[in-house]
Amino acid sequence: MLLFLTRRILIALPTIILISIFVFALQKLLPGDPLLVLAGEERDPAVLELLREKYRLNDPIVVQYFTWVSNALQGDLGISLRTNQPVTELMLQKLPVTLQLAAMSMIFALVIGVPAGILSAYKKGSLTDYIANVVALSGLSIPNFWLGIMLILLVSVKWQLLPASGYVPLSEDFLQSIRTMLMPSFVLGTALAATMMRHTRSAMLGVLSADYVRTARAKGLTERRVVLKHAFRNALTPIVTLTALLFGELVAGAVLTEQIFTIPGFGKMVVDAVFNRDYAVVQGIVLVTAVGFIFMNLVADALYFILNPRLRGQ
Amino acid sequence: MTLLKPTLMAALLSATALGLAATGASAKDLRIGLQSDADVLDPDQSRTFVGRIVYASLCDKLVDITPDLEIIPQLATAWQLSDDGKTITMQLREGVMFHDGTPFNAEAVAANIERSKTLDESRRKSELASVTSTEVTGDYEIKLHLAGPDATLMAQLADRAGMMLSPTAAAEAGADFGLNPVCSGPFRFEERVAQDKIVLKRFADYWNADAISFDSVTFLPIPDTTVRLANLQSGDIDMLERLAATDLAQAKADASITVADAVSLGYQGITFNIGNGDKSDNPWGNDKRLRQALSYAIDRAALNQVVFEGAFAAGNQPFPPTSPWYDTDHPVPARDVAKAKELLAEAGYADGIELEVQVPNTTVPLQLMQVVQAMVAEAGINLKIVSKEFATLLADQSAGDFTASQIGWSGRVDPDGNIHGFVTTGGGLNDANFSNADVDAALNAARVAPDLEARKASYDAARDVLIDESPLVYLYHQTWIWALSDKIEGFTPYPDGMIRLEGVTWSE
Repeated sequence: MLLFLTRRILIALPTIILISIFVFALQKLLPGDPLLVLAGEERDPAVLELLREKYRLNDPIVVQYFTWVSNALQGDLGISLRTNQPVTELMLQKLPVTLQLAAMSMIFALVIGVPAGILSAYKKGSLTDYIANVVALSGLSIPNFWLGIMLILLVSVKWQLLPASGYVPLSEDFLQSIRTMLMPSFVLGTALAATMMRHTRSAMLGVLSADYVRTARAKGLTERRVVLKHAFRNALTPIVTLTALLFGELVAGAVLTEQIFTIPGFGKMVVDAVFNRDYAVVQGIVLVTAVGFIFMNLVADALYFILNPRLRGQ
Repeated sequence: MTLLKPTLMAALLSATALGLAATGASAKDLRIGLQSDADVLDPDQSRTFVGRIVYASLCDKLVDITPDLEIIPQLATAWQLSDDGKTITMQLREGVMFHDGTPFNAEAVAANIERSKTLDESRRKSELASVTSTEVTGDYEIKLHLAGPDATLMAQLADRAGMMLSPTAAAEAGADFGLNPVCSGPFRFEERVAQDKIVLKRFADYWNADAISFDSVTFLPIPDTTVRLANLQSGDIDMLERLAATDLAQAKADASITVADAVSLGYQGITFNIGNGDKSDNPWGNDKRLRQALSYAIDRAALNQVVFEGAFAAGNQPFPPTSPWYDTDHPVPARDVAKAKELLAEAGYADGIELEVQVPNTTVPLQLMQVVQAMVAEAGINLKIVSKEFATLLADQSAGDFTASQIGWSGRVDPDGNIHGFVTTGGGLNDANFSNADVDAALNAARVAPDLEARKASYDAARDVLIDESPLVYLYHQTWIWALSDKIEGFTPYPDGMIRLEGVTWSE
């Protein structure tokens, strides 16, 4: 397993280098001068030139890239052009926010998606199956921004049950923090739940028709035991892979969800940074997110070993 | 078989019920929803409008304005202009302290002006360009020596250039002052979480503490207008700035919300490329009759009605019709399609002509230009909208890569800030590269004019030329719309869009 993981990590390295080049190049290709945006209405050419020097924007691009990379390797991702705050500090501020959103969304996705998938596979062709499919399809088709705004109008404005938007750190007020995150994670979670349900269903369908399931039934085990213990356990591998892959979708979804609910997380930071041409922030976030995604896939790979004993011998 | 069947609403509701006990924010913390997040919180470095809203509670200025744009004392209690107009003597308020305990005095003012003029990153250099030196003539008296008469200076001192930072904190922090700003305003800086909130706490030793009735004020950037209003309606915030005109009816229908408004100092319009690079060599850049025709073809009142529910103000000058600087000899013109066609024909385009306008790719500007497009089509102008992301639009405009551009200006207290840089030869904001000797002369004269009448006469003289040349076709003036909880009393709307908390109270 160690060998396998080492190999995986070695494969990941060039990917990360490529991503860093890509992120950097994309930023430079974007039309619009970051300093002109920064200056906004007040464009004093002397100040612009000075800032260009300060942020080393006059250096050749290759030099800029290596400066950035060497600083990044030392944990310095530069400072935000807009607020003068260090990017690493900003990210540490935002990371718990997005992680909380991601975790809570994932709970929604798993709690809805997996049981619905099992149920609809088990009762394939029944009314339950159709209903689950329709619900899943709606979960996929209803745009986040629409569902988000509708929930705000209904739950917050009309019923006044949950805060309309914003964020409260867990450490500050646990309950209020959970309440603030409920709607956003529900919105984000339902979209993922749909994907989750479809995959669980197909994985379960494959397993349910396998010989060993028939054997289990023949042994006289209860249906509950057959489905949850024998079939589901074997259907888990693709579900775990999917959960890791969905992490990417989660981050992408967070961009939109955080925008709607004004949650100060990674997603909101990256959108604001792109529009403000706050390039150090964009580069930092994308790089860290990409590394996080690769890491999640490594975790998924490791989990296979735990879930599937047959792999352990390899 | 029974598998897990969590019903979501039930889960949502039970968690909600649990949480209800935890709500009930302290009424003494005023929560204000902003349209966007502020940039760096250093008055010498900052650029954003919302940043200035935060400063209104955080940093006192030498002078302030009334809603009618008159300059009134704040940290300076009185001032006199020398006969030659080259020295301003200011008497300063005594007993004022910065949030870190540093006393406010003439030395502090000198240090602040020095910082604004010399800090590398300072954006205030041009605003204070006329100040050549300062002279401390007493603990609470200072003289500002000017290169020449400058009628615009006092208005600059009523904004960021006149904000007083603690000289101790500024010297220590240098360019990083914005991470932990220390001023002398009614509230002191507590914490900032980027894109989330800026929290200010009441400053107990504020010189005018009696006028302040909140323990703290929290600014929350909530960009989406619908969500911002929803937050107010659900009680999560107490007031918001820049309510969308389209949400006005909804806000007014809610009994728990009051609405306040003031016509802004800024404008929106269409800027033509008159002489900025090769692209200016086109019929629209070369022939003023075409630009006049476009102006005649637009029904500004209808535009305001359709796009802004009539909540904004139609305009044809850099100053709104409500401004004392507005030239009443040139009122907002009525739409005149026949006249527009006549002008097109005179210019040789009786069969119509195409015009490409770059527009920021956000909802309001696009809606605006689509309505304009329909209006001018009737006069034979085939308006083509090229929507660009704002950063790109700005870069292209600056580089001269445009024929016409839908752009505006947030507005300044002093009229000079709304016009001089845009239309004088070589002006810093003159992306049109418009140049006219008469306009230059009039606008430069207005800068040094000894009294208001003389200034007004200069602006009117420039207006006569500018209406004829039309390098900028002005369309409308935004109205600042605030929506407030009905528990807030004493809020005064100002045309500069700021939120001043002196005298604002909360009644349960």
